[in-house]
Amino acid sequence: MEAAGAAVAWWVWPLALFVVCFLMGIVAVPAGIGGGTLFVPIVGSFFPFHLDFVRGAGLLVALASALSAGPTLLRGGLASLRLALPLAVLASASSIGGAMLGLAMPAHVVQVLLGVLVLGIVALMFTAKKSEFPDVPQPDALSQALALNGIFIDGASGRVVRWQVHRTVPGLVLFLGIGVLAGMFGIGAGWANVPALNLLMGAPVKVAAGTSGLVLSLVDSSAAWVYINRGAVLPMIAVPSVVGMMLGAKIGARLLGVLKGEVVRRLVIGVLLFAGLRALLKGLGVWP
Amino acid sequence: MKQSGPGLPPEPGSTAPVARPAATPAAASIATKAATAAATPAPAPQQSAEQLRYAALLDVCTRVGLVVLVLSFAAYASGLLQPHVPLQRLPELWSQPVASYLAQTQTPTGWGWLQLVFTAQPRGDVVGLLGIATLAGCSVLCLLALVPHHLRRGDKAYVALCLAEAAVVLLAASGLVAGGH
Repeated sequence: MEAAGAAVAWWVWPLALFVVCFLMGIVAVPAGIGGGTLFVPIVGSFFPFHLDFVRGAGLLVALASALSAGPTLLRGGLASLRLALPLAVLASASSIGGAMLGLAMPAHVVQVLLGVLVLGIVALMFTAKKSEFPDVPQPDALSQALALNGIFIDGASGRVVRWQVHRTVPGLVLFLGIGVLAGMFGIGAGWANVPALNLLMGAPVKVAAGTSGLVLSLVDSSAAWVYINRGAVLPMIAVPSVVGMMLGAKIGARLLGVLKGEVVRRLVIGVLLFAGLRALLKGLGVWP
Repeated sequence: MKQSGPGLPPEPGSTAPVARPAATPAAASIATKAATAAATPAPAPQQSAEQLRYAALLDVCTRVGLVVLVLSFAAYASGLLQPHVPLQRLPELWSQPVASYLAQTQTPTGWGWLQLVFTAQPRGDVVGLLGIATLAGCSVLCLLALVPHHLRRGDKAYVALCLAEAAVVLLAASGLVAGGH
């Protein structure tokens, strides 16, 4: 792949990257998965860029997407700043450690770990359940002290929904680990944030998805700075990726009602499975 | 602190039903479910002033960051600004680890890139980092803008959380923990 990368004109790969990110952006929304989760395994496996630069660009893809969606979600109450902040403080701090660790490890080790992680995400996508409105009979003391509750209008039913969370301390510990993964692999962590917020802490699934984006925007800011300071962000890779993904996501959002979500989701799972296996085998030297 | 969860007193002006205090956890659970299920269509609930302020600032900062990102990249890719690393060399360099890339191109790390931006001949590839830095830094501004709001409300926990999160991002941006200086 590296030889092929050097043989073609310099603009071919950024253009291909833009097109692929545009397509990823289209399918990411109906598939219910963050573009950042698709970016690192797919671009890292099938493009000639070193994983250092792919992870730097991956963080920016996830960051730009999260920042763009944030204001709308916050205004509608689908993202809660109160809920996001305590989780983000810990996850941001640990993401710095994760980013430093990721940049210090040999590429083939990161590649193997990435393959294992992506295959784990595929398994999670297959098995994880969602709870639309989890039952939270009583908030825990920390949740109550920080007033981790809110209110939003459920678009499907048009009703006002009040929510609160529990198991705040286990949630905080989990987000500490999620931050490490986000920084180490430059991968959007929505796949982990949403189940943690929804199934563990009891936030309604829509609030969990919205707040996950807000947490990502803060966590990825910290991790992105590590990559910027280390020189691992190349605008020629990062900018076409960010722009392609954001334009694709706009199209994807419009196609939400047209495309069959489950079909797209299966397609994405298939691609992720292939990319995860590719990353694993590339790291092990079986499929260089 | 703003309390607006199920089972708690509603905000002034709220149209959602009030959940009565429950004697047992089980009863509270039933009451919570009932409160949600019985909720009736209502005007859009107003989010807290802090959340709306954060959303407004985030909106502006993100738009500015994306505009800078696209404009600087256009100047770089079109050749309007000469790059620090020639475009033709990129395919042989981007497949190498970052340490090797930096050694071969003499690209500065940390905040050294600013020297190549604020010069008589700004380098296109490095100017592209301006938009990226704006996006990566805009949360700090938004968080700091919330501090006076939380202070006025006496919400010390969230004053501390806003300052802590801003400090973590600034620490990462400083390069002190990430090296590069």
